Amino acid sequence: MRQMSAAFLILAIMTVLAACAAMTLRGLVHCALALAVAFAGIGTLYLSLGAQFLGLAQLLVYVGAIAVLIVFVILLTRGGDSDAGPLVPTRLPITGIVVATTILALLAWAVFHSSVIHFPASPVPTATVRELGTVLMAEYVLPLEVIGLMLTAALIGAVVVAMKEKQDPQ
Amino acid sequence: MLDGIAVDQVFVSLKHWVLGYSPAAIEPAVSILLTILPILLVFPVLFALTTVLERKGLGRIQNRYGPNRVGFFGILQPMADALKSLTKEDIVPASADRTVHFLAPLVLLAVAFLPYAVLPIGRNMIAANLDAGVLFFFAIGAISELSVFMAGWSSRNKYSLLGAMRAVAQMISYEVPLLLSSIAVIMAAGSLNTVDIVNKQAGFSGIFPHWYVLTPWGFAGFVLFMISATAETNRSPFDLPEGESEIIAGYYIEYSGFKFALFFLGEYLGMFAISGLGITLFLGGWGAPLSFLTWIPSWIWFFAKLLGLIIGFIWVRGTLPRLRMDQLMNFAWKFMLPMALVIVVSAGAWRFLPQGVTRWLISTLFLAVAYGLLARGVETRNKIAKRTYRFAE
Amino acid sequence: MTPPAGCLLVSCTLFAVGLAGALTRRNTILVLVGIELMLNAANLNFVAFWRYGHHGGASTGIIFGLFSIAIAAAEAAVGLALILAVYRHAKTTDLSLLTGRAQ
Repeated sequence: MRQMSAAFLILAIMTVLAACAAMTLRGLVHCALALAVAFAGIGTLYLSLGAQFLGLAQLLVYVGAIAVLIVFVILLTRGGDSDAGPLVPTRLPITGIVVATTILALLAWAVFHSSVIHFPASPVPTATVRELGTVLMAEYVLPLEVIGLMLTAALIGAVVVAMKEKQDPQ
Repeated sequence: MLDGIAVDQVFVSLKHWVLGYSPAAIEPAVSILLTILPILLVFPVLFALTTVLERKGLGRIQNRYGPNRVGFFGILQPMADALKSLTKEDIVPASADRTVHFLAPLVLLAVAFLPYAVLPIGRNMIAANLDAGVLFFFAIGAISELSVFMAGWSSRNKYSLLGAMRAVAQMISYEVPLLLSSIAVIMAAGSLNTVDIVNKQAGFSGIFPHWYVLTPWGFAGFVLFMISATAETNRSPFDLPEGESEIIAGYYIEYSGFKFALFFLGEYLGMFAISGLGITLFLGGWGAPLSFLTWIPSWIWFFAKLLGLIIGFIWVRGTLPRLRMDQLMNFAWKFMLPMALVIVVSAGAWRFLPQGVTRWLISTLFLAVAYGLLARGVETRNKIAKRTYRFAE
Repeated sequence: MTPPAGCLLVSCTLFAVGLAGALTRRNTILVLVGIELMLNAANLNFVAFWRYGHHGGASTGIIFGLFSIAIAAAEAAVGLALILAVYRHAKTTDLSLLTGRAQ
């Protein structure tokens, strides 16, 4: 623990707590707001790891767009009035929790028995915006174009799916 | 000449002098404090001045005096306002969500102060020289939408929720032309770093500066940027979410006293920040407008331009009527978005054509044709139909 | 605990929390929230390996994370549009009431 900075520890604890809150709170809008905090926490974790562009892009896209989108859909489906249902319904959702705990244990075991934790300390790799731009246009230009097409398709698809169907005038 | 440079860098020299006297152990903390403190002091004072300026200015536009009771020509009005808002009772509705209701103005305030870190106020005067400064600005601006929603929803009031949803929809819609017009500048400057962008505009050809606003795509981009900035900060004519004559105060109806003042402060700070970004991207930051005026210190130019933009905001508020929600959204998606895309294309043409009359002509041609087609398209859609009455015959 | 292990542990915890939420909550929107948390945890993994791994300064981790954010945004948009469409038809977003409606 000594080698991890205090800032990282605080950010990590805040993010995990916000994620737990997002999955356990009763009010739907509270869950969405806790999710926004979790996203912001992850964005600041990226910033603390030295990934400046990615952290800011995470804040812009996830907190600024996706969290707002989730909140809008909660309001449009009248979720803000009633709560999300009892956390512990008549039948305890033990399967889900057991599965998640098993996977966590498995992943933690894998992390601690892998070679990654014995990596010697390396300096922060640089990823200036200029480098990222060059790499995107040189090596990754095909995925970039495909993502552009996919985002357009998703935009059109979302609008078409969520559009009100034309009602026949009675 | 040396005197000019000394005055220009007076704040930087002051900071280094104070740092020289501080012990080495706390030097980083003192350095950070000295960088942040001016921002925390100057912009709220500017906010106080702007409230008086706005009320007097609006009053004069509307052919009346503004506030003139408190102090000489009403200049001490912000003091009176501050005292009033501090001593008012803090009412929280009984059915309101107390935590979120309390947190909303705090989040707004935190998010309102952050963007000032990447604005270059003068030569060598920037709080955080980030590699992706412009992206930082927009990321923080996007977070402020959530605080608006928190304020509106937590009040458990139909009108405030309506105002909040309208405000968020408006902010999201106008973020797209805002970002696209900035992308044109980023493309021309080749960097997301605000200091680089200002430095690229620091040259002079003859007596005219290389500001991006003096190019065809830059002018169109600046106009689009300022319109989107007015919509982003919910200023008139885009202030339907806080329409004073319609849903009283929109998403902050249920706030009283100090929290209301915090919202007000946050809104104005957002206005200054986005004007600051407009100045950095289009108006050459701290650069002088004419080559023989460079002896005036850089920070004075920044604040002069900021004051000019604020006066522009106040003028527009006093002159134009409010837009309806559907008019607002149509304007954003059907006119501003295609126009912003054409501006990006025009900026690209400008960047790659050789200097001379050709690139002026081709840039302007792109913009003029697009504007003509789009404006004509928007106009002919909204034919005003003859008014019919369902029950009043 | 070394820094890379700490980072990876945080990402594993986020993944597990997202998975638990996606498997247990009854509201469709919260299932989507869990999925988004899982995607973010995987992104954090990428960034952790980019920061602490030995790869000669290549920015592959960042680029992958960037594309992953774009894909997650598109998926969230389409998923939420689907939830809206289902709500309009079935008037509910409760999964226990929606299961069994095959057509």
